[in-house]
Amino acid sequence: MDNYEHLLSVQDLQTSFTIDSGEVQAVNGVSFNLDAGKVLGIVGESGSGKSVTAYSIMQILADNGSIKSGTILYKGEDITKWNEKQMSSFRGKCVSIIFQDPMTSLNPVFTVGNQIKEAIVLHTDKRGKEAEARALEMLTLVGINEPEKRLKQYPFELSGGMRQRVMIAMALACEPDILIADEPTTALDVTIQAQILELMQDLQKKMGMAIIMVTHDLGVIAEMCDEIIVMYGGRVCERGTADEIFYNPRHEYTKGLLRSIPEGSRMKERLVPIAGTPINMLRMPKGCAFCPRCDAAMKICLEEIPEEIWINENHKASCWCNIRDQILAGEGKTNE
Amino acid sequence: MSDNILEVEHLKQYFPIRTGFFETKPLKAVDDVSFSIKPGETLGLVGESGCGKTTVGRSIIRIYKPTDGKVTFDGEEITDKNILKIRRKMQMVFQDPYSSLNPRMTVEDIIGEPLDVHKMYKTRAERREKVLSLMETVGLKPDHASRYAHEFSGGQRQRIGIARALAVDPKFIICDEPVSALDVSIQAQVINMFEDLQKELGVAYLFIAHDLLVVQHISNRIAVMYLGHMVELADANELMDNPVHPYTESLLSAVPIPDPKIARAKQRIVLEGDVPSPLNMPTGCPFRTRCRYATEECAARCPELTDRGNGHLVACLNK
Repeated sequence: MDNYEHLLSVQDLQTSFTIDSGEVQAVNGVSFNLDAGKVLGIVGESGSGKSVTAYSIMQILADNGSIKSGTILYKGEDITKWNEKQMSSFRGKCVSIIFQDPMTSLNPVFTVGNQIKEAIVLHTDKRGKEAEARALEMLTLVGINEPEKRLKQYPFELSGGMRQRVMIAMALACEPDILIADEPTTALDVTIQAQILELMQDLQKKMGMAIIMVTHDLGVIAEMCDEIIVMYGGRVCERGTADEIFYNPRHEYTKGLLRSIPEGSRMKERLVPIAGTPINMLRMPKGCAFCPRCDAAMKICLEEIPEEIWINENHKASCWCNIRDQILAGEGKTNE
Repeated sequence: MSDNILEVEHLKQYFPIRTGFFETKPLKAVDDVSFSIKPGETLGLVGESGCGKTTVGRSIIRIYKPTDGKVTFDGEEITDKNILKIRRKMQMVFQDPYSSLNPRMTVEDIIGEPLDVHKMYKTRAERREKVLSLMETVGLKPDHASRYAHEFSGGQRQRIGIARALAVDPKFIICDEPVSALDVSIQAQVINMFEDLQKELGVAYLFIAHDLLVVQHISNRIAVMYLGHMVELADANELMDNPVHPYTESLLSAVPIPDPKIARAKQRIVLEGDVPSPLNMPTGCPFRTRCRYATEECAARCPELTDRGNGHLVACLNK
C-alpha cells in the first residue's frame, strides 16, 4: 500500500478570475476525493464552476485566473505547489484532459500521427519508430478504421466523432492514472455520443484509469458515473453515489434539475422548471447560492452558507432544508 | 379543401457545391420529403446534424428557394410572390438567441419590426401597446422594452425571439432548435411557455430539435430524418415505444437516459462508423451502409414511406 489515502484529493479549492468589474470566485471551496478506477461525475449548469475545477487540477487556467487557496493532492503530493516544469511532466503522464470541441483542441497544421507522437515523445522514452508504433497502437485501440492512413491525415479530414477518438488516443497514450473529460460528447450527435461513451467505458476497463466526467447532461452522468458531485455557483451542493443523487436527491437544486427534464413516466406531464435565472457570479448572495431561486428557502438560507450535512454514508448535501425541523424549532416560529 | 394547415409534398432542396474549376455537384440536403401538419398540432422533427432538418424548416418559409416540390399553407401554395403574405401567418424561432437578435435594436424595435413590415398599426402608441402586451405574454417586464439584447440572459433572449415571432399573430411557427442553447433549468421554462402559447393561441409548431426527450415531451407526432430523407413518421409515443426503422431504433437506444438503473440495464445498439457525406450518397436506401439488416435489395432501390397502420409511416424494405 502506498502512503496516500486517495489517488486525487481536492481540498477546499478556491479559484478566481480578475476581470474589469472585480473578482469572480468561479470555484469556492470545492473538495472531493477520487480513487483509482472510479468514475466521478461533476454536473452543473454553465457558470457553475465545473470546468474551472477541472482546469484548476491541470493548472491550465486563463491568464487572469489563479488558485487562491486549497490543496490538490495527487498521490499525497500537493501539486498546487509545483512549478511549471513539474506540471508539464504531470500533464499527460499522470492526468490527461479531453475537451468539448475536438476541432479547436487539435492543431490544424500537424498530422494526427504527429500530434499523438508528440505526447509520447514528451512523456516516455519511446522515440522514432517505437513512438510511431505506439501511436498506431493507440489509434487502433480507440477504434479508428484504417489507422495507418489516419496517422498521415490532418484533423480537418476527420469527422467530429473521429477527432474525439484521436483526442482520447492522445490523452491515453502515456497511460495516465486519471482522465478528465470536459463535456467530451456535447458537440457530438447522439449516435456518435453513444460510440464515444461506449469507448470510454471499454478503455476504462482495459486500462483501469479513473475518470472525472464534467458535463451538464444528466443522461451521460447516469450512464457513466459511480459517484456524482452537483455544483451550483462555484460550490458543491450535493455529492453521493449515482443512485443516491438520482433516486434520493436532498438539495433543492438537484431536485429542481431532475424535475425539469422530461423523462420516462413523467414524459407527457408538464415540466416543473426552476424559477429565475442563473446567478450572477459578481453578485453572489450572502447565504446559499441557490436561495434566490429556491421555493423552500427559509430565513437562514439568506444569511448563512449551508454546511455539508450527512444524509447517509454515501450521500452529503449542503442544504438547510434537510434539518428544517431543527432550524424552525430553534427559531421558534413557522417558516416564512 | 384539406384540414391541414401545412402540406409539404416532395420537397427537394439541393445546393450546388463546386467540386472542380467548372464542375458543380448537387448536395441533396433534402430529398423528396412529404408531410403535413394540422392546426394546433406539434410535429417534432429529429435527426443528427447534417440530416436536413433545419433545411426543411428554412425551405418551407423560403429562406431558401426549394429546388422542387410543393408547399401548401392554409390551402394556398407558397410561391415567391405570396411569401410576404404567408409570413404574416407563418413565423420562425431560431436556435441561437445571440446571433438572431440585432444588437443595435432595442427590445421594443426587435419585437415591433414584424409589425412594421406588415403595417399592422396606425399610431406609434398602438405599436407600443402591442409590443408591451407581447412582452407580457412571454413573461418579460415592461421596463425591458428600452433595453438592448446583450443585457439579457439566454433564456430571456429566446423569449424576445418568441415574442417577435408571435407579433403577427401567426397560425404556425417553425421552431429551429429553440431550446438547445439553453441550460436545463431554463429549457423547462421555455418549453412550458411554448405549450402554454399553443393552448392559448392554437398555434401549430414544427419543432426541430436533436434532443429526443424534449421532442417526445412536446410533440404530438415525430418525424425522423436521415441524410435528407424522412425514414419514419408516427405518433410521438408510438414512435418512442415501437420504433420500426433500424435508424430510429438505434437513435433511441443511443439517448442517454437520466436514470442510472435503466441506463445500466439498457442494451445500446451502437451504430458503426459515421454518417456518409451527402455529396457522396450511397445508392438505394441512404442508411444501408450502417444498417445491420441491409440486403442487396437495399442498394438497388430507395424505400418509400409506407403506412404500417395507424398512420405509422416507415421507409424500410426489411422491417
